[in-house]
Amino acid sequence: MIENKDKRWSVAGHFIMIILSVLAIAPFILLLMSSITDEGTALQNGYSFFPQKFSLDAYSYIATQWGLIGRGYLVSIFVTIVGTFVGVSISAMLAYTLSKHDLPGRGLLMFLLTFTMLFNGGLTSTYIVYTQIFHIKDTIFGLLLPNLLMNAYFVIMFKNYFEHTLPGALVESARIDGATEFKIFYKIAVPLSVPMFVTVGMTSALSYWNDWTNGMYYLSTNSNIQSIQTLLNNINENIKFLQQNNVGTTVTTADLPSVTVRMAIAVVGVLPMLLLFPLFQRWFVNGATEGAVKE
Amino acid sequence: MKATSSLRLENKPRKKIHWKSYIPLYLLALPALIYLLINNYLPLYGMQIAFRELDFSGSIFSGKFVWFDNFKFLFATDNAWIMTRNTVLYNLLFIVVGTVFSVAVTILFNEIMSKKIAKFYQSAVLIPYFISMVIVGYLVFAFLSSDNGFINHSILKPLGIDPISWYSEPKYWPFILLFIHTWKAMGYNLMFYTARIITISKDYYEAAKIDGATKWQQIRHITLPLLKPVIILTTILAIGRIFYSDFGLFYQVPMNSGALYDVTTTIDTYSFRALMNLGDITMSTATGVYQSVVGFILILIANAVIKKISKEDSLF
Repeated sequence: MIENKDKRWSVAGHFIMIILSVLAIAPFILLLMSSITDEGTALQNGYSFFPQKFSLDAYSYIATQWGLIGRGYLVSIFVTIVGTFVGVSISAMLAYTLSKHDLPGRGLLMFLLTFTMLFNGGLTSTYIVYTQIFHIKDTIFGLLLPNLLMNAYFVIMFKNYFEHTLPGALVESARIDGATEFKIFYKIAVPLSVPMFVTVGMTSALSYWNDWTNGMYYLSTNSNIQSIQTLLNNINENIKFLQQNNVGTTVTTADLPSVTVRMAIAVVGVLPMLLLFPLFQRWFVNGATEGAVKE
Repeated sequence: MKATSSLRLENKPRKKIHWKSYIPLYLLALPALIYLLINNYLPLYGMQIAFRELDFSGSIFSGKFVWFDNFKFLFATDNAWIMTRNTVLYNLLFIVVGTVFSVAVTILFNEIMSKKIAKFYQSAVLIPYFISMVIVGYLVFAFLSSDNGFINHSILKPLGIDPISWYSEPKYWPFILLFIHTWKAMGYNLMFYTARIITISKDYYEAAKIDGATKWQQIRHITLPLLKPVIILTTILAIGRIFYSDFGLFYQVPMNSGALYDVTTTIDTYSFRALMNLGDITMSTATGVYQSVVGFILILIANAVIKKISKEDSLF
C-alpha cells in the first residue's frame, strides 16, 4: 500500500487534517485561556487565546464552591458506574436469552425489543410515566433510569456477539456436565465476550457521564444530587434567563459566576474527559467498526 | 417457519421436559424486559394524554377525551410548520454535507503516509465527540458572546466591523448549527468510513496502478463504488430518522434564545418548551405523538428500501 501512496495526496491529507485538528482543539484552548484570564481583562478585551493579564481568581472562587462541584463529581461518578454496570449486565442477560434460537417465545421477545427502536412514546409521555407513576423526581433514579440504562442496540450487539463467537461445543458440553444456564452465562459467555462488554460499557458510560437532560427534567434546581453536567446546564439556564428577561427578575448578575468563573467551571467539567479519552479511544474505534446494528 | 412448527408438534412430549430448562433463560431476560416495559412501553400508554383535555383539577389521565382537537390546535398555528420544516431541512443538510465532507476527508486522511501522525490527527478530531452538548454550548459562547466573545472582540473589532449580536441574529444560525454538528461528528465519521476503506483489497489499487490509473481515477472507480453500499445504507437510515433531531444541538448551542426560535426550533425543542416552559402537557404530548407516528412510518419505509437493496443490512 505504501508504494501506492502519492506524495501530493499525502500532503493534501496532512493539510486538511491539520486544519480539522486545529478546529477540534482550539475551542478548548480558548476555554482554558479564558478561565485563567484576569476578570477585568476579560470584560474589556473579551475571551482571548492570548490574554494580556493572567489570574487564577476564577479557580480560587471555584475552590470555595468545592462542596457543590465535588458533590457534582461524586454524583456523576456514581451514576456512571452504577448505571453502566446495571445496564450492561441486564442487556447482556437478555441478549444471551435471545441468542438461543430454540427458545419458545423468542420471536415475541425479539419483537418487543425491536419495536422499541422504531416507535417511542415521546418525551412528555415518558416524563409523565416517570413522574406521575414512579415518582422519581428529585431522586437518584431520575438520573439513572430514563432512557439511559439500556437500549435495543446494546442488546443486539451482545446477541450478535454471542451468536458468532460462543463456541457451541463448549456450551453444549457444559450443559451435559449439568451446568445451569446461569452458570453457562456467567462462566462461559461473559468471560468470552469481554471486548463487547468493554465497547458497550464505554458507550453507556459516555452517555451517562455526558447526560444533562435527565437532570434538567427530573431534578429541581435546588436538588442536592446534581451531576456535574446538570450543574453546568443550570448555570447556562440562569444566564439564558437573564438574557431573556432583562427587567424585573429574581435572578441577578450577582448570583451568576462572573465571565471567567463560568469558563473555569466548564474547564473543571470537561477536564476528566479530555484526560481520560486517549485511554478510551481504542474501544470506541472498535465500536465504530462493528458496523450497522441489526437483528 | 412451517418446518419448525411441525417439528415442534412431533416433539410435543419431549418439549414439556424442555420447558423447565428454559426457565433460567426467561429469568435472565426478565430484568431488561421490566426496564423496557417501564421505559418504552408504559409511555405508549401515556400517549393518550394527547387525545384528552388538559384537566387541572384531577389526575393527569382524567381529562375528557377530545380526540384530535389538540392536533387541530397544534396544526392551526405556524409552530407545527416551522418545527417540521426545520427538523427535516436540518437533517437533509446534515445528511448531504455530512456525508460528502466525511467521505472526502476520510479518503484524504487515508492517503497520509506517516501512520504515526495520522493517529495523532485521528485522536485530535475525535475530541469533540466525547464532550457533552452543554460543554459545546460553553465553547460556542466563548466565541460568540456579544459582550465578551472572541469573534466580536478579536476578529471583527480589529477588522473594523461592528460587533454582531450572534444570539439574536437568525440568519447566521443554519451555518453555525451545520458547523457545530459537523465539528462534533467528524471524528466518529472518520473512524466509521476509515473502517470501511481499509477493508478494500489492496489488489484492486495495485492492478489499477499497473494499468496506469491516476490516484483520482482510483478513487472514482475503486474507492467510491466500494463505499457506495455503506453510504446508501447510512443515508437511508438517516432519512428514516429525519423527524428526530439532536435536542442538545438545537437547545444548548443557540442558548435557547427566543430571537432564534424561527431557525432553531425542531420538533424536539418545541415539545420540550411546551412541556417545561409553557406547562402545556397535552400540546407537548401531541407533538410527541406526531413525531413518533410519522417517524415510525418513515423508518418502516427506510427499512423496506434497505431490505430491497441489501437484505442482510435491514434493521428487522
